[in-house]
Amino acid sequence: MKFTLSWLKDHLDTDATLEVLSEKLTAIGLEVEGLEDRASALAPFKVARIITAEKHPDADRLKVCTVDTGSETIQVVCGAPNARAGLRTVLARPNDVIPSTGEALKLGKIRGMESQGMMCSGAELCLDTDAAGIMELPDDAPIGAKLVDVMDVADPVIEINLTPNRADCAGVRGIARDLAAAGLGTLRPMKISVPEGTEKCGVAVSLDFPEEQKHHCPLFVGRTIRNIKNGPSPAWLQTRLRAIGLRPISALVDITNYITFDCGRPLHVFDSAKIKGGLWVRPAKGGETFRALNDKDYTLEAGMTAIGDETGFLSLAGLVGGETSGCEVETKDVFIESAYFDPSRTAQTGRALGVTSDARYRFERGVDPAFVQDGADLAAQMILDLCGTSETVVSERLVVGAVPSVVKTVAYNPAKMASFIGVDVAADEQEAILAKLGFAVEKKSANAWTITPPSWRGDVEGAPDITEEIIRIKGFEHIPATSMPREDVMTPCALDLLDRRAGQAKRAFAAQGLMEAVTWSFMSSSVAQAFEPVKDELRLLNPISADLDVMRSSIVGNLVQAARRNADRGFGDVALFEVGPTYRNQTPEGQVLVATALRAGQTPRHWAEKARAVDAYDAKADALAALAAAGAPMASIQIGAGDVPAWYHPGRSGSLRLGPVLLGYFGELHPAVLQACDAQGPMVACELYLAAIPAPRKSGTARPLLKLEALQPVSRDFAFLLDQNVEADKMIAAIKKADKALIREVAIFDVYTGKGVADGKKSVALSVTMQPTDHTLTDAELEGLTAKIAGAVEKATGGVLRG
Amino acid sequence: MSETELTSLQSELLTAIEAASDGAALEALRVEALGKKGKLTEMMKTLGKLDPDARKAMGAALNAAKDAVSVAIEAKQKVLAAAALSERLEKERIDVTLSPRPMGEGRIHPITQTTDEIVTIFAAMGFATAKGPDIDTDWNSFTALNMPANHPARQMQDSFYMPDVSDGLSSTEKRVLRPHTSSVQIRTMMGQKPPIRIIAPGRTFRCDYDMTHTPMFHQFEGLVIDEKTNMGHLKGCLLDFLRAFFGIDDLPLRFRPSYFPFTEPSAEVDIGCSRKGGELKLGNYGDWLEIGGCGMVNSNVLRNCGIDPDVYQGFAFGTGIERLAMLKYGIPDLRTFFEADMRWLKHYGFVPLDIPNPAMAG
Repeated sequence: MKFTLSWLKDHLDTDATLEVLSEKLTAIGLEVEGLEDRASALAPFKVARIITAEKHPDADRLKVCTVDTGSETIQVVCGAPNARAGLRTVLARPNDVIPSTGEALKLGKIRGMESQGMMCSGAELCLDTDAAGIMELPDDAPIGAKLVDVMDVADPVIEINLTPNRADCAGVRGIARDLAAAGLGTLRPMKISVPEGTEKCGVAVSLDFPEEQKHHCPLFVGRTIRNIKNGPSPAWLQTRLRAIGLRPISALVDITNYITFDCGRPLHVFDSAKIKGGLWVRPAKGGETFRALNDKDYTLEAGMTAIGDETGFLSLAGLVGGETSGCEVETKDVFIESAYFDPSRTAQTGRALGVTSDARYRFERGVDPAFVQDGADLAAQMILDLCGTSETVVSERLVVGAVPSVVKTVAYNPAKMASFIGVDVAADEQEAILAKLGFAVEKKSANAWTITPPSWRGDVEGAPDITEEIIRIKGFEHIPATSMPREDVMTPCALDLLDRRAGQAKRAFAAQGLMEAVTWSFMSSSVAQAFEPVKDELRLLNPISADLDVMRSSIVGNLVQAARRNADRGFGDVALFEVGPTYRNQTPEGQVLVATALRAGQTPRHWAEKARAVDAYDAKADALAALAAAGAPMASIQIGAGDVPAWYHPGRSGSLRLGPVLLGYFGELHPAVLQACDAQGPMVACELYLAAIPAPRKSGTARPLLKLEALQPVSRDFAFLLDQNVEADKMIAAIKKADKALIREVAIFDVYTGKGVADGKKSVALSVTMQPTDHTLTDAELEGLTAKIAGAVEKATGGVLRG
Repeated sequence: MSETELTSLQSELLTAIEAASDGAALEALRVEALGKKGKLTEMMKTLGKLDPDARKAMGAALNAAKDAVSVAIEAKQKVLAAAALSERLEKERIDVTLSPRPMGEGRIHPITQTTDEIVTIFAAMGFATAKGPDIDTDWNSFTALNMPANHPARQMQDSFYMPDVSDGLSSTEKRVLRPHTSSVQIRTMMGQKPPIRIIAPGRTFRCDYDMTHTPMFHQFEGLVIDEKTNMGHLKGCLLDFLRAFFGIDDLPLRFRPSYFPFTEPSAEVDIGCSRKGGELKLGNYGDWLEIGGCGMVNSNVLRNCGIDPDVYQGFAFGTGIERLAMLKYGIPDLRTFFEADMRWLKHYGFVPLDIPNPAMAG
């Protein structure tokens, strides 16, 4: 919402400076977004007259002009096609700052000819959008005078960011009323001199709505005016419209635009000669087409409020007028429409058809229903004033329907200011603020007020709104900052188990050397498809781009993409993780938190350690570190080789399970998937379902008692020859079972294939740690144990002890 | 054998010991002197042939000589060992300027770190953490928050919509990607009786992508509902939080009246800053920077959640986590948060052991 300072002062009698007004506007909830003080920006520019304009000797499109500045004659090179002898225009001199560029003008030569200044276009001065030629000032503009004294451009332009609840401030008058209530001056009385009608309204209007839709247009006021003369509107009106960014068109159109911004009251003026029969207002059936004044065609949907005559549609209620009935310069007879259209219906139609207009902006927020008739009168008066002729005849008012009631009375207790806002405002002061804002207060008792909001405040619904009005005008700076009282001395645990696990997994991954990434919850369906079929219910209806069109069902795809982007920048050795949501369906239960890590490329080249490609064991280490940090029972985890989704290498991956409970996966990514993602392998990853980790038993915080054996543990090394496909886990489990009491640890320290070992076989060396509890093991006992271990391994795996 | 011979043998041995160049030579000398057939041992054996007086005198002299030689050998052993050790240490010299074996350098993302900091500060003020799903119902995301069906925030260009699934959902159960964490307010109030004191950090989504907007970002929401919390507590709570978060004791805070459908009265929250010389600095410098929105929970919202607004009241607030992180840690570009650029993560990320802890704040 834009307006100028002088416009505001038409409604507000105030001595406050622009700065004070601007601060107050923001303080009362009408946030100032922009202040354009054009007077100071345009101060340097002066009126000059072109004496001669000759073609530049070396450039066809340039002219060399001699220019009278009022005090001297200078030479200016100019490229404007309208630069001609006798023209009075605007001259900038060296060092003047050009408003459109913000840069100072430099003195210089143009194609060898000296230019001592620049003649400016409206666009260069930010006065309008006309960049085609230099400004053309009236022939009586005094040469050498300041531009700001010749054109009415000194008026500062104020733009406020109007919140959607404040329809009343979509007009300058409402803003003035708020400022007056806030103590910055007094609201000037509104003068609407109602022209007396001397004939019946020449156009009949019928509101044809079924009962349940009557509220879509409850009131329609019209007046006809005959024998007027349309033409350009007066300079003051054009200046104001230009200042707020509107293009003056003709007096009739400018009047409706002016009242829209002045009073927040949109109007429509029909050329009544173009109306055939009477007007109807009714819901569209759907499918009708309509060409609007903006030259666009719209196809209506059933229920949209439309206005028409016997020939068809003329206007889209509350949004935009039609081409066929619009006013033109030749228009002689007009019909003024001032109506109330339902906010919700207007918003819905506007959104469905994509119409944005100053009228929609106001109707969808709710115009003042009590001002509908005043709007018609105001328009009639302005048309009489600006377009009237000796033969002009204005009709009586046509009023169809009745003023709808949009305000609700509110029960209010003034003590609420202290208990709800925390500010003690005296009841008298509260009442005074409400009165200035137009609210009627009826006091049933000291603590029971009944408040009736003014007709223009349909947004006020309850007591909290009343407190807001009072504190807004009194000032939010009066709200004290009161620290939250402590409910308990100690704060209970702020994070739930899953949040704590997520935090632990993140810090464990980072400690493993992985960088935490945060990637989109969405991904490209083409990448997602490489992993698994995309469910239709996870495809966004309105994705921001084709790259981000589905919700991710796994984070791995996003990390693969991230690794690829890093590689494209020359950083191919990537270690990333993300602990975040994945989506299996649209339900809350379908959102699954997954801790995901990905490594790509090589381990670092180093003098002490050879670089190698990342492998599945790196991913396994990451997975186990995160699971341990998140509190998983590590001793019970089982690895299922190849028990993985299709995006893993089937021979180099595994699942992590606790019996039937799936904790996650790790392994090398499938080369076909990487190829589909256009990524260079190898890459390894792990995915962990943190919510699947069983909750710790609630058996208190005490740990089991530590039992320290007095006797030293004994270690013995073994080497077995086994089939290549025997899993290490199987052998370790068999050994552990051989003597559960004595054997505490089994660790493989070498796996060998090659020379000396038959094809299809491997040699596995391991160390077994035994912990005697009551006596030192004898040689015989150790021998016996060795035999037991060899037997157990042979039975479980077919492996034989190497000699 | 005479004492003279003994004296000369002792001095001979001591000279040889002193001259021994290594452990082997010294050992040979020890055997030569004190071994089973050593010279001094042999002399001991001849003592028996002497008369008692001479035996006594000679015995004492011999023992003294043995001790002297033993002491000398031991002393020389130490000298040789020390020399051998320093020689070994000299040989063992390494280039300590070489880099150690590589350990990965992991980092925590600024969004995680900032969220942890926020949660820690609010936990100290008695706030628990609440959460809700990213894909939420239209009712939780809009309707219950007092956003009437035609509110501009519901327009297609603002929110991401999910396709209807044919599971018999009514129109209000259509799902969207939540455009704010305010939906967690609804879930919390629906599931829990007052008093309520929660914050809800999480992912939020809006159909916007430019210099200062990303289609996904993070917000955190605060909600307090009880019988007596007023707008002064809202101001105090945010002031206490922001001062603790930024570590600026005199950071000023300003409320500006505004409008949100789910609060009444509503305010935008500004904090003090300076923009001198194009550089943004937070503090009491006279200029203002918008940081979030807040207000007293709208009575319609309470009613929608089955809470009686005549008994209960409270406040809600929300702000962007990335925005707080950018301001606190001087991160210039929002879009870079989501690019997973290893260089960016290493530079702006946090070491894993840097865990926010109120006991270590400041």
